[in-house]
Amino acid sequence: MKVTMAHGSGGASTSELIENIFAKHFKNEYLDRMEDSAVVPGSERLAVTTDSFVVTPYFFPGGDIGRLSVCGTVNDLLMSGAKPKYITCGCILEEGMDLDDLDKIIESMAATAKEAGVTVVTGDTKVVEKRGDFGGIMINTSGVGFMPEGIALSPAGCKDGDALIVSGNLGDHHAAILSGRMNIKNNIQSDNAPLTEMVSGLIEQHIDVHAMRDVTRGGLGTVLHEFAGASDCEIHLYQDKLPVSPEVRDFCKMLGLDPVYMGNEGKMICVVNGKNADKALSIIRASKYGEQAAIIGEVKKSDNNGVILHTAIGGERLIGPLYGEGLPRIC
Amino acid sequence: MCVALPGRVTELNGTKATVDFSGNIVEAEAGLVKVKVGDRVLVHAGCIIQTMSDAEADELEELFMEIEDL
Amino acid sequence: MSKLEEIKEQLKNYDGEDLRFMEVCGTHTAAISENGIPNLLSPKIHLISGPGCPVCVTVTAVIDKLTELSLTENTTVLTFGDLIRVKGSKMSLADARAAGGSVEMLYSPMDAVKMAKNNPDRNYVFAAIGFETTTPVYAMVLENAIEADVHNLKLLTSLKTMPEVIRWVCKNTNNVDGFIAPGHVSVITGSDLFKELSEETGLPFAVAGFEGAGLLTAIYALVKMKGHSGIKNLYKSAVSEKGNEEAAKAIDKFFEPCDASWRGMGMIPGSGMRLKAEYAEYDAGSYGLDEDHMPPGCSCSRVLTGEISPDECPLFGKKCTPEDAHGACMVSTEGSCYNYYVSGRKKR
Repeated sequence: MKVTMAHGSGGASTSELIENIFAKHFKNEYLDRMEDSAVVPGSERLAVTTDSFVVTPYFFPGGDIGRLSVCGTVNDLLMSGAKPKYITCGCILEEGMDLDDLDKIIESMAATAKEAGVTVVTGDTKVVEKRGDFGGIMINTSGVGFMPEGIALSPAGCKDGDALIVSGNLGDHHAAILSGRMNIKNNIQSDNAPLTEMVSGLIEQHIDVHAMRDVTRGGLGTVLHEFAGASDCEIHLYQDKLPVSPEVRDFCKMLGLDPVYMGNEGKMICVVNGKNADKALSIIRASKYGEQAAIIGEVKKSDNNGVILHTAIGGERLIGPLYGEGLPRIC
Repeated sequence: MCVALPGRVTELNGTKATVDFSGNIVEAEAGLVKVKVGDRVLVHAGCIIQTMSDAEADELEELFMEIEDL
Repeated sequence: MSKLEEIKEQLKNYDGEDLRFMEVCGTHTAAISENGIPNLLSPKIHLISGPGCPVCVTVTAVIDKLTELSLTENTTVLTFGDLIRVKGSKMSLADARAAGGSVEMLYSPMDAVKMAKNNPDRNYVFAAIGFETTTPVYAMVLENAIEADVHNLKLLTSLKTMPEVIRWVCKNTNNVDGFIAPGHVSVITGSDLFKELSEETGLPFAVAGFEGAGLLTAIYALVKMKGHSGIKNLYKSAVSEKGNEEAAKAIDKFFEPCDASWRGMGMIPGSGMRLKAEYAEYDAGSYGLDEDHMPPGCSCSRVLTGEISPDECPLFGKKCTPEDAHGACMVSTEGSCYNYYVSGRKKR
């Protein structure tokens, strides 16, 4: 069975689609009411975010667009220090998409939401005419999280002596997606994952976190460049401490890519008070998806702000934001 | 761009070779140089352009020997 | 102290006359920046990026022809990644694609044969740019196309060779004290090619691979050989004296030397390769594409020959950035301007 224009008519076919796929997988007390808006319990301070997801193919090694769409939004909430509570699911489907595929994607979304500790409280579906380059499905998720008292994280929060911790191997998602496109066969899996456990660990154990960011498109370099600018400090990174799997390292060398600019979907960079560095590292390492975490550098007060990479051979270079699209350097 | 990383030939079928770079497998044309399964090779734009001596560990040693006389 | 540490210490503390070494390979330019090599050197050792990034030395007439072809009915232009964003006199291939042109990026030119075979009713043109390393790959493409009886694939060639441009640089700019010879060009040509050039120019050459240690050792060798000719092959695992003779044969079968236009440098006799007359059927109209339109203020030519450092160009970092590049040297990830910009290199 395929998605047809009738599935977006707002009539009987739409109801059937929602009932058989979305309501079936997302089942919860708020969504089940099927009202125009979900009415949910709240908190004094809320974190609110939204993100849209387009990826071809929609099933990729290690994940799918459904899992990705939950991880992306949940991780954005976590990075403000919020406890993720609710997300929404807006789907734009392309006429002709396989309904079994849609079922798998939504099932995966529901499972990931459960893992991440959020409830999908409302949703919407539209269908567009087949156009060939749409990729079958685009998903938008908005998220709401509750802010604990006293938490205020900001890219401007980096201070002299802070330590930089990255939560695991760099570049897995980017390499997994590019491998398919470049026809390179390997076992690289996307790292798409919700970081709920490691972030709640840090907050519950009162680690003095100054800034956090999930390392997605643009990679670590782009995030740290922003941190250095916002905090007016110098960030020192050590190339030989950056965690990268051997397979991804060679993948990058083959295509002229730099792991520092590779996208991830389940990694974060966390800037903590230097005195807390070892404790923070062990909390992250003990949590799900954090086994490969590493301390990769430190913050220094300086008149020049910027990110300096100390290369393996002992040289130095500045790390700016990613320029261009991060495409492979082919020849 | 030049890919400096050598790969290893794992299969050969006429002039079509399969080359492995730490678990990344690509198909490459083997028409420009004689290769056999197990060879370390350089691949440029989908073509094997050279076989390399099989002494990875000694490369740095050899490098320094080259400049001994300077 | 390890040998590498010793080399590093000598390079850092060098205090003789100022030395200017040119790397003539775009991948070397990128590797030097990536490894942060410039600040491991004494301020008296200067590295200059020469005309060895294939995208950077391609003249605008070639880009114009490719954009025109991409907008021609039933025709697809196939290319490597970096070329897509280089501007011709009016537009880049990316602009042409946005205007409805058909442009596709390939990892290997070999895939072009498959593509043409699978779509016999469509015409394909491969943007065949590159140096000695890539030319034999195009020879294999033709070999495969002929074997597969494919006639809807052509090459638009803008192929360059190293010796004449190196002679040109030595003749027209009297400021190079030695060359880091291109590693993979040497794989094909053999290190003997640079031995000849060294004797002729009286300058030292060091053939290098692409790892940091190899590049540092090459620079060290050039410092030691300064003031006289000589060649050191520091990439022996891949480079022999004679090179890859099979590849040379493949080039000879399909291509012959020709005069070639270089961006910002003009016509250099005998510095290019073109398809032989008997293979004219595979040429997409490469002859006479010599015009070179430089945007006002662009100093690409003086940068490519090492006359000025990228950051001395008046447009550098102001009007010309990777996001809005005026010259090709800022577009290509192997371009000297791009590498200076993204890694924060400065004239020393």
